[in-house]
Amino acid sequence: MSSRAFKNPISESAPVRLTLIFIVLAFLALFVLTPLLIVFKEAFGKGSGEYVAALQEPDAVSAIRLTLLVAAIAVPANLLFGVAASWAIAKFEFRGKAFLITLIDLPFSVSPVISGLVYVLLFGANSFLGPFLKSYGIQVVFAVPGIVLATIFVTFPFVARELIPLMQDQGTGDEEAAISLGANGWQAFWYVTLPNIKWALLYGVLLCNARAMGEFGAVSVVSGHIRGLTNTMPLHVEILYNDYNVVGAFGVASLLALLALLTLVLRTILETRYGSELSAGQKH
Amino acid sequence: MSIFSKRLGAALLGVGLAVGSVPGAWAQTTLLNVSYDPTRELYKQYNAAFAAHWKAETGEDVTIQQSHGGSGKQARAVIDGLEADVVTLALEADIDAIVAHTKKIPDNWRELLPNKSTPYSSTIVFLVRKGNPKGIKDWGDLIKDDVEVITPNPKTSGGARWNFLAAWAWADKQFGGDKVKVAEYVTTLFKHVPVLDTGARGSTTTFVERGIGDVLLAWENEAWLALEELGPDEFDIVAPTLSIYAEPPVALVKGNAEAKGTEKLANAYLEYLYSKEGQNLAAKNFYRPSDPSVVDQKLLEKFPKLELVTIEAFGGWKKAQPEFFGDGGIFDQVYKPGN
Repeated sequence: MSSRAFKNPISESAPVRLTLIFIVLAFLALFVLTPLLIVFKEAFGKGSGEYVAALQEPDAVSAIRLTLLVAAIAVPANLLFGVAASWAIAKFEFRGKAFLITLIDLPFSVSPVISGLVYVLLFGANSFLGPFLKSYGIQVVFAVPGIVLATIFVTFPFVARELIPLMQDQGTGDEEAAISLGANGWQAFWYVTLPNIKWALLYGVLLCNARAMGEFGAVSVVSGHIRGLTNTMPLHVEILYNDYNVVGAFGVASLLALLALLTLVLRTILETRYGSELSAGQKH
Repeated sequence: MSIFSKRLGAALLGVGLAVGSVPGAWAQTTLLNVSYDPTRELYKQYNAAFAAHWKAETGEDVTIQQSHGGSGKQARAVIDGLEADVVTLALEADIDAIVAHTKKIPDNWRELLPNKSTPYSSTIVFLVRKGNPKGIKDWGDLIKDDVEVITPNPKTSGGARWNFLAAWAWADKQFGGDKVKVAEYVTTLFKHVPVLDTGARGSTTTFVERGIGDVLLAWENEAWLALEELGPDEFDIVAPTLSIYAEPPVALVKGNAEAKGTEKLANAYLEYLYSKEGQNLAAKNFYRPSDPSVVDQKLLEKFPKLELVTIEAFGGWKKAQPEFFGDGGIFDQVYKPGN
């Protein structure tokens, strides 16, 4: 028994290890790298002039703008919500806490189509709220507000999910010390809690942003697909592809791919530099 | 304030500035045309032509917003509140659905515009590989042993319903109305279909880009578009002896246009489809114009003459839809997946 316990855990022979490594690399190349390369290959298929022209086309510009606008609203909203929720969950005890955590996770387990349809049923012309808001001139579904709402819904667990395990791990000791030294609640949050969670927070925001810009399903349901008005980048990619405009489709897709790569790079930097601070967040 | 939160604030501010203003397109007179997938190219050109015509006529600038999607899905969106001024869909039944659910379109909408509100029509033809290697000439050739047929699913696709009825109409004539033989033919036909996509564009992609199948049953306009966009060297169009007269109708969504004060403009928009310019643009985009007398003869040459059966032969959509495509209808009886 005891001799086995001290055995080197990496005991596989070299061929086995090499085979495993090869399988992993082959899978990565096939399922991740090749599609990524194809996106850029197709985007530049007719030269960089066509590529630039495709991105300057008015409908493409408006799709890019709309996507940035939606992310600029959804991400800060979820940042605020995520910090507030994880602060409440990690630092305080109250009834129904487990239920609240489950609720926060809900968007992860609901199909995006349903997330979109819910807003159509809530705010559509045949709903209770739709005609009421309409009488004040507010159009929610098939307009920008609906797209923002659907995006907030699908991206809403990202920040909270990143923070809750970390903050639970850190406990309330630091805050108690700060308050016993005379800090008020706000000061304890700003000078003690926030610096403790900043990297995990940034990490959550990155993931949240990537999803907010890339969401297709839920947004597709509430968009109405009006060109130049309610098409986000992912929707525009599909439209261009169906229009046989391959350069345009992959051109816009390449922007989304760049966003993914950027997220990946920032993520790797965060993980290597602040891995220990983030590690608690990786447990789930 | 820590360095981190300052930076974060700056980053958010940056994003906010980069976004700038949302396009304020609603400030001027705008129309929203909610249409189905294959009309993208047609309305892109027609909208520009109409805007120029309207400007010349009234001096007003008009912007036309365009939305495309599956015909049934688009009708659903209008029912759920998409503020279309006009709908230009693939099937009468889809506009009827809007009538039934919202009352925003009057019951008699088919009588409000010329030619039963159908400014252009189309039919179902065959797209085959270059040189027609399998020698496909008519519907009967589709059930030859080694032929694979690509068509979308009639349950979800308007175009596929026309395909199905066109095949049915041919067989009905071929077998002198013998219902058993007709059903046998259609059953065999669907055994030759390896993939049922949900929409017409999906099927085109399957046939053209994935290279599956020997013949694609397609809208005439889709077939021509695929030919033009993707390679005249790769495909040929074959017209069968008999096909169906497919009417994609148009209608004013009166309820929405009245509320937005765009009724006059929206009506003019639809009426202009019947003008010389509108009809020529339709023909140019491979739709059969309703009034060929105003259209350039050269544009008409590409439409082969073939016998066209109308939906009325099936008792109209109100009867044909449940009979053929409803749950437990004829399609459910002839199509058994995996057979």
